[in-house]
Amino acid sequence: MTRTMSVTALSRITWRAPALTAVLCLASLTVAAQGTDGTRVSALSTLVVWIPFILKGFLLNLIMSILAMAIATVAGVILGFMQISPSVILRVPAKLFTQLFRNSPWLVILFAIMLLLPFQVTLPGGDKILIPDWVKATVGFALPVMANIAEILRGAVLSIPSGQWESAESLAFSRRQTLRYIILPQCIRRMLPPWMNWYALLMLMTPMAAILGVNEALGNTQAAMEAAGSHPEFLIPFYLFLMTIFFVFIYPISIYTRRLERRFSAGS
Amino acid sequence: MLDLFAPFFQRLYETTGVNFTPFYDPYDWGRLLEGMWVSVKLILAVIAVSMVIGVVGAGAQTSKLRIVRFLVAAYIEIFRNTPPIVQLLFFYFGLGAITPRVDMGGWYEPIIGSFGWAVIALGIFGGSYNVEIFRSGVDAVPETTKEAADALGFSDFKIFAYITLPLAFRFSLPALTNNVISLAKTSSLAYVIAVPEITYTLSNIWSDSVNVPEMMVLLFLYYIVLVAVIAWLMGWLERKLALPGYGQ
Amino acid sequence: MQPASTWTPDQPIVALRDVHKSFGSFEVLKGIDLEVMKGEVICIIGPSGSGKSTLVRTINGLTPVTSGSVTVEGQEVHDAKLDKLALRRKVGIVFQQYNLFPHRTVLDNIMMAPLLVLREKRDDVEERARALLAKVKLIDKEDAYPAELSGGQQQRVAIARSLCMRPDVMLFDEVTAALDPETVKEVLVTIKELASDGMTCVLVTHEMGFAREISDRVYFTDHGRIVESGPPDAIFECPQDPRTREFLSKVL
Repeated sequence: MTRTMSVTALSRITWRAPALTAVLCLASLTVAAQGTDGTRVSALSTLVVWIPFILKGFLLNLIMSILAMAIATVAGVILGFMQISPSVILRVPAKLFTQLFRNSPWLVILFAIMLLLPFQVTLPGGDKILIPDWVKATVGFALPVMANIAEILRGAVLSIPSGQWESAESLAFSRRQTLRYIILPQCIRRMLPPWMNWYALLMLMTPMAAILGVNEALGNTQAAMEAAGSHPEFLIPFYLFLMTIFFVFIYPISIYTRRLERRFSAGS
Repeated sequence: MLDLFAPFFQRLYETTGVNFTPFYDPYDWGRLLEGMWVSVKLILAVIAVSMVIGVVGAGAQTSKLRIVRFLVAAYIEIFRNTPPIVQLLFFYFGLGAITPRVDMGGWYEPIIGSFGWAVIALGIFGGSYNVEIFRSGVDAVPETTKEAADALGFSDFKIFAYITLPLAFRFSLPALTNNVISLAKTSSLAYVIAVPEITYTLSNIWSDSVNVPEMMVLLFLYYIVLVAVIAWLMGWLERKLALPGYGQ
Repeated sequence: MQPASTWTPDQPIVALRDVHKSFGSFEVLKGIDLEVMKGEVICIIGPSGSGKSTLVRTINGLTPVTSGSVTVEGQEVHDAKLDKLALRRKVGIVFQQYNLFPHRTVLDNIMMAPLLVLREKRDDVEERARALLAKVKLIDKEDAYPAELSGGQQQRVAIARSLCMRPDVMLFDEVTAALDPETVKEVLVTIKELASDGMTCVLVTHEMGFAREISDRVYFTDHGRIVESGPPDAIFECPQDPRTREFLSKVL
């Protein structure tokens, strides 16, 4: 008898679990709230009113995560190539840069970007453009992911057996040709699951922007609770709802990534 | 000890404007040390809690009861697919609001403070990764090795204690190192519930003394050194436990 | 541009003179002298760790030498100013681990280098590639991927891939050592045909019977030196050196 469940079985079961938990919590708290509070404020009904507002904030999380991922991927690939370059002047600074952003907490990097980048930039023509907070936050999120993508690329290239390099060299391929036609095509497959993982992680880190005043989902949730009167019985349902919308978005990505990982490791 | 380098940093500020207040102002110096100490305590506590949860969870995954395996799987999925910052806020504000209060003689203090909730929330978050890591480690122990132990008469428990656990721990070490480092960095999130660890403390200093770049440098330095120390410690552990000839 | 070669076929096509190679403080080749004439088939035999693979890899420049000279058609291999492309055209190598490119079909594997490196015309290359595939008896596998083939089939594709560059010398580095016994024969047959077509071959091998059958000269190496060399019958029937005798008694 196998103790480990198949992926599909697992996903069916665990899909229900958090959904069930959330519904139960909301329901029980609604009942409790009805009993105790004289003004009969219902946490559930209040939440329902504020759902569109919170979802609007979630849209900003999505935008930030997609933009940040795009920036991080481009920058990370460049950084990764620099790290595997035979030239020392490219390699060493790239390594230092990568290590700096991999070993620093996301929050600290976010703070640094938010507080040290100017809030407006003067163009050569004399016009000033305002850099909104969420744009700065996006850059702040892109930096650690960029460093990790560089590492993914480096790891993928290193994982290609040396025999591939040797036979390419023996067939008179130059280093650039070897990378382009032999090594990198084989790397893309290996890089996809970790790349998707980092997107999921990035998305889960975006609520940190609320600390610095960005009006995304978390910020909006807190604002909503305040606007509705800051009753303590709102806290659990509202935060649970926030967790649920992230879960609904991230969980399928997580499952798909795992399936890809399985397929790529089982294949050639 | 501050007198050793205080004059230098004082002069540095006066001549160049580079302002490292914790290195010449005794109050800020105290705050810096306090912040570092709280951060270290927090990280150690979180790691400990997450390890315990990881081991218990990995064990629970092998349970014969379907409901137990279901609950562990649900726990892992929930805490790995929701934002840790929201988890932290949920625990502190949400659950914190319904925990009992203790009569401190005139005012009421919640039984678990911000530090406590940070440890609980981040420990549970870290534990969800550890369960997977330990499970992979246990799975990596070859079936044939366990069969051989069984054939020699080892009981199920003895097989787990003498064969599976030591091997599984060694196999888990690389992934565990990654997770421990990641947890150490994530501990900075305790800032949002005002735990006076280093990020919070330095942010107070920089809003008082308006020396953001200098304090940022200190903050980055702290974490880089911390991560390096942890990585070195884990590397030492890996080397100490390494089996000769294994895993070339 | 390289000066026109002054090499003529009466000179050795491959010559190693007093070649030393150290990896760090460990000396692997301790003064190798070896000559191969055009059209000759040379086998190098010896115990593991005697430096056979390293020796063969110095011929196409994969492993640089610490001292000594390695020439192919009169050109010094380890000259920094050497046109590597020209050298790699002349010397083909087949590895123990075949090292086919897993993300391309069999036909692509064979065609890639002439197309991308030599920039030959696609039609010419395709025709040559198919002819080579037919020669190694794998023409029906041209659209297969390496992972779908057996070890012996992959090795034959590897041979065809190297041949497509039209080398003058072929190096074989223990090409059957990683194969199942059933597939070893098909690879040996391919090499035998190649040799009888007049290709200059240098083989490192453990297949003693095969070495005896096809080689013009056999070299026995031990601890980085060539202990004995001669025609196969001489080496296998009446080895002179005690180390040669000891080795042969263990493997035959």
